Amino acid sequence: MVAAPDDARAALDAESAAWVEGLAARSPDRDSALSRLHLLLLRAARTELTRRAPGAGISGPEVDDLAHQAADDALLAILRRLPEFRGDSRFTTWAYKFAIFEVSSKLGRHFWTTRTDIALDAAQWERLPARLGLTPESAIEAADLFAAVRSAVETNLTTRQRDIFVALVLDGIPLDALALKLTTDRNTIYKVMFDARRKIRAALVTNGYLAGHAEGER
Amino acid sequence: MSIVDARRVLDRFLRTDPSDVGCGQAVAMLHAYVELVVSGENPDTQHPGIAAHLQACAPCLEDYDGLLLTVRETGAP
Repeated sequence: MVAAPDDARAALDAESAAWVEGLAARSPDRDSALSRLHLLLLRAARTELTRRAPGAGISGPEVDDLAHQAADDALLAILRRLPEFRGDSRFTTWAYKFAIFEVSSKLGRHFWTTRTDIALDAAQWERLPARLGLTPESAIEAADLFAAVRSAVETNLTTRQRDIFVALVLDGIPLDALALKLTTDRNTIYKVMFDARRKIRAALVTNGYLAGHAEGER
Repeated sequence: MSIVDARRVLDRFLRTDPSDVGCGQAVAMLHAYVELVVSGENPDTQHPGIAAHLQACAPCLEDYDGLLLTVRETGAP
């Protein structure tokens, strides 16, 4: 194990230390390290895009094109954030993470190139049971329950919470794509939706539609 | 499916876990979490807030699955 110069870092394994040293601005091996890292990122991005391509509706040369874009952007992100690498995993695991994130970002962007038909202000409430994986029969049986959900969304949520609930749940817009559309980030959208879910559930419990377990109780 | 199923599905969808750390903290430590999984350790004991988050956040779970697959394909630590 090699001690990292930054006290905040864990002791790095030899391979990780070599990566950090090789990518340093004044390293004589920097060009070689950059090439090798880009190759690894490209492979990771290709693997991830191949895994997610069917669900995202992409295929053929587009997969390779997006993989190159993701690898290029991941490399830039890694170099920018290299001082933040603390050694709580191997360097390559940390680096692959950026390739995976870039793939998610590219797929979020790609969503809007193929889905131009979504109006963010049109709430299609009849879709709710299917969005939750329920059958039409159960939707009919549970009509009062779903009407209560709609009422809670319309009366208990803020406008922003309501808009995001509708976009994610009723319109089925992927969270990363919605974040892009609203020029915000995944965490912000998730937090809004987290609060919305909590408020809807509280309303349903208050009105006797769901059992009143405390938050977090499983 | 019955109304009981509908109630159960809806309850699971709406239920929130206060230990959920959110996307920011989850992605910040996702590499360490994945490496614990690959090493055969239980990451949930060290990172319970990330475990709670991955149960509720589809995009972060997607990233987790992708990173886990990538690390496994390139060799365990």
